[in-house]
Parts: sequence; C-alpha cells; structure tokens
Amino acid sequence: MRARDWILTTICGLTGSAAAALGVFYVVSFGGAGHGAAAARIGGPFTVVDDTGATVTEKTLAGKPYAMYFGYTFCPDVCPTTLLDMSRWIKKLGPDAEKLNYVFVSIDPERDTPKLMHTYLSSFDRHIRGFTGTPEQIAKEYRVYYKKIPTDDGGYVMDHSAVIYLMSENDRLVTVIPYQEDDASVLAKLENLVAATPAS
Amino acid sequence: MRSLFKLVIFAALIAGAPAALAQGNEDSAIAVEQPWARATPAGAQTGAVYMTLNNKTSAADRLTGASSDVAAQVRVHEMAVVDGVMQMRQLADGLPIPAGGSVTLKPGGYHVMLIGLKKPLAAGETFPLTLTFAKAGNISVTIPVQAMGAMKDGKGGVNQMGGVGGVEDKKSGRGMGKMEMK
Repeated sequence: MRARDWILTTICGLTGSAAAALGVFYVVSFGGAGHGAAAARIGGPFTVVDDTGATVTEKTLAGKPYAMYFGYTFCPDVCPTTLLDMSRWIKKLGPDAEKLNYVFVSIDPERDTPKLMHTYLSSFDRHIRGFTGTPEQIAKEYRVYYKKIPTDDGGYVMDHSAVIYLMSENDRLVTVIPYQEDDASVLAKLENLVAATPAS
Repeated sequence: MRSLFKLVIFAALIAGAPAALAQGNEDSAIAVEQPWARATPAGAQTGAVYMTLNNKTSAADRLTGASSDVAAQVRVHEMAVVDGVMQMRQLADGLPIPAGGSVTLKPGGYHVMLIGLKKPLAAGETFPLTLTFAKAGNISVTIPVQAMGAMKDGKGGVNQMGGVGGVEDKKSGRGMGKMEMK
C-alpha cells in the first residue's frame, strides 16, 4: 500500500463520514487529473447487478470513460435532480455522448431492486445504467460514504455522498462534478473527458 | 354588516383563485404561497412538495405535519449537503415560521415529503394537501404538479428544465450556479 493510500485510509477510518467526504476532496484537490498515483485511488474491482438483472463488474465499463453517481430511488429531491441534470448534459453532448458510460449506483439495494431501477431510469436519458445489489464493495473502492438513517415511522432514509465521479477509460479518477455545479463547467469537464479518450 | 359582506366577497375571491396564489381561507394565520410539487420518476415511492409559508401573525408558528390522499405518509423534511454528503432529516419539532416572516421550501432545502405514493405525480395534475401548524391548525391547499425538471413553481418564466439554475446554497448562503433560461 502506498503511503498516501495508507494516510487516506486512516483518515477515513478514524473519523467516519465527514472524513470520508473530505477524503474524496483530498484526492481531488491534491491529486487531481494526471497525478497517476493519487488519481488511481478512486475506483477498483466490483461486482454488482445492473437494472436488467445481469451481473456486471468493473470490466463492463472498461474501454470508455464514465460518469458514476451514487444515490437511491427513495430520495425525493437531490437524486432525481442529479439524474435530470445528467440527462440534460447527455443531450447537450450530442453524438459525443456515445463515447462515455453513465451509471447510477444504488446505495439502497434493499428497496432498489434491478426491476425498480429499470423502471425508475426509464424517466431519464436511456444512456444511464443502473447498478444495484451489493454496494459495499463498489462504495468502498470509490470512497463513497453511505449510511442508513432510521425514521420514526419504522422506515429509513440514506445519507450518501452527493458527487459524480468522472473516470477515465482505464478506471482512474479524472475529476468530480460536485452537487449543483453549473452546466457550462460540467459540459467543459465532460467534453475534456471525451477529448482525452484515445480513438478506438 | 358591511364588513361581513366584504369578508364574504373576499372569501369567494380567494376560493376561486388559481392554485398558484396564496391558499387557505381568509382568516388563515399562514398564507401558503406558490405551492407546487415535482412530477416523479416512474416507480418512485416518494415525492416532494415546495411552497412559501407566510406568517401573517405576530406569533411564531411551526409546520408540524401534513397529510394527503396521494401518499401513505407525509413528512416535513430538511435536506442538506454537508461536506459532500447528502442528508435528509425529519424536522422533529416541525419547521419554524417566524412571526410576521416567511419560510420557503424549495429543492435542495426544506420540503414536504410524500412517502408511499399511490401513483406517480404527473405534470399538469393537481392533488390535495392538508398542512398542520402548531397554532394555525389545519390548512388545506391544492398542489399543482410541475415538470420533473422544474426548480420553481413554474410561474413567471422560471426555468422549467433548468436543473441547477438559481438555487441557493442554504448552508453557505451562496448562490449556486447561474440562472439559465431555457
């Protein structure tokens, strides 16, 4: 384990949620695009199911850069807003949209069955795929914080990192789209991601 | 007698006002202004209702709960992104509405959350919602459903598909992003 990996892991482990979120920003702020070792820390092997029920792994996304967002369908506000934002960006990218993958990963598999994910995503751009089933590994590899918060009616809501990762075709963090970034800035990031992709 | 007559006329006007105007009856201590809900994605179990609550009295009040035919449960929530983590919490003591002041429920901040939707909320439809206040009691309003991408009540040329435009960051008080008219 590299020293900076160790430091990051320690920080996250010691202080929990706030540090986990800060950890993401640590990597992004101090690692950033092009600094291989730091950028490599987000992302890694995972096995989940997609919204058709098929098993997928990190290899499923290989070959194209991708945008990955973690959330849940029970979320009434931020998650649909983010998926609508993503749908709008995809539309604005035009033909270049095909050069990227887009993934919505549920951190609430208890409610988000593949079938529900598929139905839910039918309201958004068709490029966005849903991943669910076993979020533990993928959340760990992507340093995503999530926690179940019980409510007084016996139900629960989820706290979760509200960030979109932009990853290279070989699984390295390029940059992030923070919550509520303006469209012009996001599109510049997405176009850079498309431009950096080697022609295949 | 004359003032009673005026009151009746006023009440009739209010009753006939479109949903976007202030709702409640003429002696409501709280005016419910520009209420709206967002259309929900297919299969979604939850929805959010937004509005401005204007306290016309000199005593502070609280929105303590709500109910509607369209959902199994209705809760008053606060949403916040803290250090990059989205958090949603029920307001245990209700949402305070200062004396003579107002509170706006909007995307990314406070909302009335519909839980266990009986069917998706579709743009163009309306549904009933009864708000319960600690002092003002129950106020029933009609909620118009706006397009899924709406960030405001859809009146006055706001951005229907704008997503992030013009939303304020409640925690820092900073405006987030530019208003983008579509």
